[in-house]
Amino acid sequence: MLEVKDLHVSVEDKAILKGLDLTVNAGEVHAIMGPNGAGKSTLSAVIAGKDGYEVTQGSIFFEGQDVLEMEIEERARAGMLLGFQYPIEIPGVKNIYLLKAALNAARAARGEGEVPAPEFMKLVREKSAEMKMDTSFLQRAVNEGFSGGEKKRNEILQMLVLQPKLAMLDEIDSGLDIDAMKVVAQGVNSLRSADRAILMVTHYQRLLNHIEPDRVHVLVDGRIVKSGDKDLALELEARGYDWVVEESAA
Amino acid sequence: MASEEMEQLVRREYKQGFVTDIESDTVPPGLDESVIAFISQKKEEPQWMLEWRLEAYRRWLEMTPPSWAHLEYPPIDYQAISYYSAPKKPEDRPQSLDEVDPKLLETYEKLGIPLHERAALAGVAVDAVFDSVSVTTTFKEKLHEAGVIFCSISEAIREYPELVRQYLGTVVPQSDNYFAALNSAVFTDGSFVYVPEGVTCPMELSTYFRINAANTGQFERTLIVCDKKAQVSYLEGCTAPQRDENQLHAAVVELVALEDAYIKYSTVQNWYPGDEDGKGGIYNFVTKRGDCRGDRSRISWTQVETGSAITWKYPSCLLRGKESIGEFYSVAVTNGRQQADTGTKMIHIGENTRSTIVAKGIAAGRSDQAYRGLVKIGPRAKGARNYTQCDSLLIGDQCGAHTFPYQEIGNSSATVEHEATTSKIADDQLFYCRARGIDEEDAVSMIVNGFCKDVFQELPMEFAVEAEALLNVTLEGSVG
Repeated sequence: MLEVKDLHVSVEDKAILKGLDLTVNAGEVHAIMGPNGAGKSTLSAVIAGKDGYEVTQGSIFFEGQDVLEMEIEERARAGMLLGFQYPIEIPGVKNIYLLKAALNAARAARGEGEVPAPEFMKLVREKSAEMKMDTSFLQRAVNEGFSGGEKKRNEILQMLVLQPKLAMLDEIDSGLDIDAMKVVAQGVNSLRSADRAILMVTHYQRLLNHIEPDRVHVLVDGRIVKSGDKDLALELEARGYDWVVEESAA
Repeated sequence: MASEEMEQLVRREYKQGFVTDIESDTVPPGLDESVIAFISQKKEEPQWMLEWRLEAYRRWLEMTPPSWAHLEYPPIDYQAISYYSAPKKPEDRPQSLDEVDPKLLETYEKLGIPLHERAALAGVAVDAVFDSVSVTTTFKEKLHEAGVIFCSISEAIREYPELVRQYLGTVVPQSDNYFAALNSAVFTDGSFVYVPEGVTCPMELSTYFRINAANTGQFERTLIVCDKKAQVSYLEGCTAPQRDENQLHAAVVELVALEDAYIKYSTVQNWYPGDEDGKGGIYNFVTKRGDCRGDRSRISWTQVETGSAITWKYPSCLLRGKESIGEFYSVAVTNGRQQADTGTKMIHIGENTRSTIVAKGIAAGRSDQAYRGLVKIGPRAKGARNYTQCDSLLIGDQCGAHTFPYQEIGNSSATVEHEATTSKIADDQLFYCRARGIDEEDAVSMIVNGFCKDVFQELPMEFAVEAEALLNVTLEGSVG
């Protein structure tokens, strides 16, 4: 589904990713871990198309399409969706309005008409309940005055409504207490399916207790230096990152 | 409407002699006392009106154009303007929509302006807009029953001279400022509204419905008086971009609210902003002021300003009555080369007066805009309160927004709050929306409309919908 090859990325002429390779298949959950400053968030930002990240070498393909040739919104409509670490506030724009616009944009790209209002309302009510969000959140401005946990739940709510093929979650666990984390993890787990892939970026192992990954990758200094199954995450939790860093330097 | 029908209508007008002897109805460019006398005579005005105009003219001669505004434009040659001209001869106007700037037509299309209205807005000779006589008649009857007077200012001077004389110039004196003085001397059009005591005007009043509103005057004068416990909502303007041969527009609007009266004045202004270099755009130098003369009266200005090459406009409130309320809700959008210097003045004179200012400025392209607001609390305005919020949103990096808040607090019991923000349309907000699959133009309009929401919700429903559409058209192509 996702094929990243020899990816080099610079931000303001500073190399962040230095030859990253990653293959994610449908049905898989991947976790990207690593010490701070390793470039973890850069990967998902580049896939989503954020400005300011210059790809100097390498390629990203999604279902055979050259991602680097696509506009930001085309990527989202193709099914690549980024859940933000710091979701931004948009004053005056209702949450439900953004959801509907996003859903209709994806539908239009698939040649489908706008979602009928009753169907849409049923869908968002159902998904809000899954995320334990009161429907009053739908009428509030996007992320405005939301607590950290509410913002994260809102990100997952969008995923549940938009049903992406590749869900990218950037530090979705940061700033969450244990209860909020459980709700978020439940939401992510409900996204798991044979035709969907999930790419999680996280610094801490604790999220992976709730969302069990198929593959764990350790990103150090712009490259994936070690990959393994969920046990690797446990090992990282126990031993920290230093040994991987040393191993990779050797 | 089929073209034959159109032709018939036009011919009918000729037959009825609507267009007669145009040449003698026009004065050559230039301004002196004889021109003013000519105007006054054409309008069949009483002697006191002529004297009032002449007095304004003499004051104007001694004044100089204001230079404090954050605007740049070449000096205006007031002797090159013709101060009275009848409507253009049909043969001098575009003969069909084919002769009109296709870009303008495209905009009408986007705004969803009905086809038969487009021709009139574009100044095409075929003037079939106000053929819905029945609508107008019903409208007039309803107002008549309620006792509301709504007519052109010229008609009011002839038909209701005592009312006009009692209130004209009492809110904006002849010599208030350079443009107001000029307007007082030469105004030729505008509206007059009088709502009698205890009456709530049964419908929203709009210039759009007033007969003869097809040719908007260069120097409009509007006077609205709400008697005790009366209420009116007045809509000015039109979302469609209007072209006009006259570059300078200097209108004066005066509102008078007596005890417990409420006047809500909403404007959507979309004059032609000029081409990409700003050429041919309208200069809009307007003086608007409301006088809360009676206790517990309330005046509310809501405006959406998107047009004009240059806008100079500060709708203000004089809060004289005890516990009177002044409100100003404004969205000003500039794009291309537009310049706007706009804002408000809230003058608190009476006790426990309150005012609210919410000003939203959006600058895109290479435009420049300034918010200028004065909150003045007089020594007798005990317990006066003001809340001001002004926010600017910049789209791109070649535009500018400036805020000049002035406060003069004359007593210690007043409460004045001021909040101001300037934000660039956050790249992060844009990215967030696009990363949800929403395309860039839609994302911008979503963010901008969200930004303006506090003001739009003050607009009458129909205007609010139009205002959103207008905003989107104005900002089209401003990103990327």
